[in-house]
Amino acid sequence: MTTNDFLQVGLYLVVLLLLVKPVGSYMALVFADAPNRVTRFGGGVERVIYRLCGIRGDEAMGWKRYALAMLLFNVLGVLVVYLLQRVQQWLPLNPQHFAAVSPDSAMNTAISFATNTNWQGYAGESTMSYLTQMLGLAVQNFLSAATGIAVLVAVVRGFSRRSSLSIGNFWVDLTRSTLYVLLPLSLLMTLLLVSQGVVQNFKSYVDVPVAQTSTYAQPVTDAAGNPVKDASGNPETKPAQLATQTLPMGPAASQIAIKMLGTNGGGFFNANSAHPYENPTPFSNFIEMLAILLIPGGLCYMFGKQVGDRRQGWAILATMLVIFIPLTIALVAAEQAGNPALHGLAVDAHASALQAGGNMEGKETRFGIAASGLFAAITTAASCGAVNAMHDSLTPLGGLVPMWLMQLGEVIFGGVGSGLYGMLAFAVVAVFIAGLMVGRTPEYLGKKIEAYEMKMASLAVLLPCALVVIGTAIAVMTPAGVAGVANPGAHGFSEILYAVSSASNNNGSAFGGLSANTPFWNVLLGICMFLARFPLAIAMLAMAGSLAAKRHVPESAGTLPTHTPLFITLLACVVVVVGALTFLPALALGPIAESLMSGH
Amino acid sequence: MTKLLRNAVMLLLLMTVITGVLYPLVATGLAQLVFPRQANGSLIVKNGKPIGSVLIGQSFTDPKYFWGRPSATTPQANNGTNSGGSNLGPTNPALTDAVKQRIAALRAVDPGNTAPVPVDLVTASGSGLDPEISPAAAQYQLERVAKARGLSTSQVQALVNEYTSGRQLGVFGEPRVNVLQLNLALDAPQTHGS
Repeated sequence: MTTNDFLQVGLYLVVLLLLVKPVGSYMALVFADAPNRVTRFGGGVERVIYRLCGIRGDEAMGWKRYALAMLLFNVLGVLVVYLLQRVQQWLPLNPQHFAAVSPDSAMNTAISFATNTNWQGYAGESTMSYLTQMLGLAVQNFLSAATGIAVLVAVVRGFSRRSSLSIGNFWVDLTRSTLYVLLPLSLLMTLLLVSQGVVQNFKSYVDVPVAQTSTYAQPVTDAAGNPVKDASGNPETKPAQLATQTLPMGPAASQIAIKMLGTNGGGFFNANSAHPYENPTPFSNFIEMLAILLIPGGLCYMFGKQVGDRRQGWAILATMLVIFIPLTIALVAAEQAGNPALHGLAVDAHASALQAGGNMEGKETRFGIAASGLFAAITTAASCGAVNAMHDSLTPLGGLVPMWLMQLGEVIFGGVGSGLYGMLAFAVVAVFIAGLMVGRTPEYLGKKIEAYEMKMASLAVLLPCALVVIGTAIAVMTPAGVAGVANPGAHGFSEILYAVSSASNNNGSAFGGLSANTPFWNVLLGICMFLARFPLAIAMLAMAGSLAAKRHVPESAGTLPTHTPLFITLLACVVVVVGALTFLPALALGPIAESLMSGH
Repeated sequence: MTKLLRNAVMLLLLMTVITGVLYPLVATGLAQLVFPRQANGSLIVKNGKPIGSVLIGQSFTDPKYFWGRPSATTPQANNGTNSGGSNLGPTNPALTDAVKQRIAALRAVDPGNTAPVPVDLVTASGSGLDPEISPAAAQYQLERVAKARGLSTSQVQALVNEYTSGRQLGVFGEPRVNVLQLNLALDAPQTHGS
């Protein structure tokens, strides 16, 4: 790694940590039980929304009603996005005249955006009308993120409330997440992004004459528009003159702002944040990286404040950083070392004042190694899944890091809300293990952890693991699963493992070579995304309901303090051990085997 | 249940209006007001007509132009409506073959140049639309372009310097050279050989 690599990573962490407290304090006000200056400011708008929807803002929901409201709202969202895609050809704001999306792809995309995964089997600039992007996908970017925050806030209430039957009101939590947190931050970020060159308009695509005309192999199509194949089954091509380039347009910046802030990650364009119109400069890249971890980081602080002991929030954040920092450095170092396969060729891959060097396949010049590697670690630590470099072309060990960060259960920051409630499930497990060691009833944040809580926490921890392992097994045993693979050998297995890990942890990034827009992959990943999101959230709400009903246990000499370096180490070990035990065998067949074969 | 369903339908409708209609409209209005050039694609305009974008790379294969990053988009390189990378894995023989071909193509138009090729000039970009190359990649091609145009290397160097940006704010990203702007400047009437 170069000095500048370290500088860019270090500066990012410093700025992020400086923002954690102000953002967290603000969100603590937004979700406070008592009225305050923030909720009074928007109270008028809130009341109008509640009246129009027939919502009673003061209704106290038990965990079952809370979970039912959450599920109803999200399933409804899936249906609307599905329908929008199926009828977009008859609706306005479709200047490129895109046809209806196929049923399996539309189903996959609808689940994908409603579960905060934003896995994309389709290419944005050649599939979705502006209307579908705005009313379907962009809306779910907000609402899936708001759902994650709402569920987290309810889970935190489970710890902070005493002998209470209610964990809050889903409609209020959802509305406040959207109005007070996501919308203002998104507007601010849209302007920052546009200032750097991200497009924001409703124009048709612009054709420009190219400076140098060239020829290319154009696929031949028959009268019906289907590709013509030659005798051996390859598509026929004819030489064609290329005199124009089509520049894509659209309301990209507003969607990219929320795609980052809501850890959604679904790109407006196919190349996602590698596209110069989505991420034009190193500064826009820095803003986008900050936006990914801003809310997950801030929520840790808010959690500490809500449970009445800020050290608890810092301890969780520290645990995340303890795992995040070494993995990030490993990723950047692997990419900076370059691709050994090119060592024998007349290629200069050394870092110098004039170039980033390293493994530049699939990376953009303006980002080089540091800003690409850091982005890859951030986007998979959080369940964002936006990419500014093609993960399929990362070096074997460089590609292992994002894959494993997802497999850890998306709890190293993780998705907005969902990452922290996932980490709290791990914390409950860690407290339980510590209790077993000394033979005392475990307690966390003044609440006794008993069999019911442990069942729910175990479910939340193990469900994504099971989905990854079983889903991968199904895919590699099925011809339709293997058919999607693009690269030969161990890397092909990595493509499958990465896809299922991504879907089963609601990340959404991909080893993009995999042809996943087929009925098999759309259905398999659709099921994984749905099961990883809602049953897990419901398990955590059930745990919250049980905890909220309990009395507060005063601290005693036998209480394990959960804000100390000892607990941070214990919690990090639990996360790493679960992730390593479950996935090392699979990783050995994929990235580790590939790394050994490539001469490392 | 029916009450919850009614709440859900209405709230989804309202939220769709707020986040799906009002938000992008307000965002577009503000963007067009404050940063109209950037919001509309950072177009390069000549005689009132757009001839490209500062941010979107074009293909160059002629020795008299600086070449940009290889592009893996299909069916043609630098296809603005189908962005993306090669997605070739690091150990895929197809990647090594592609790199070998690119080295051969660069050497075919510049036989005297035996220096190793900067890595960004022989590897495909992530977007397939990368508008920039590293300063090292520009230096590698400088003499070839100067010779093909009958210009002195110092004249071309001056233009390269003009379209080179350093790290943003001194820290972020990497130094880089904008290929389309540089080539358009080379084609401009005032840049003629002596």
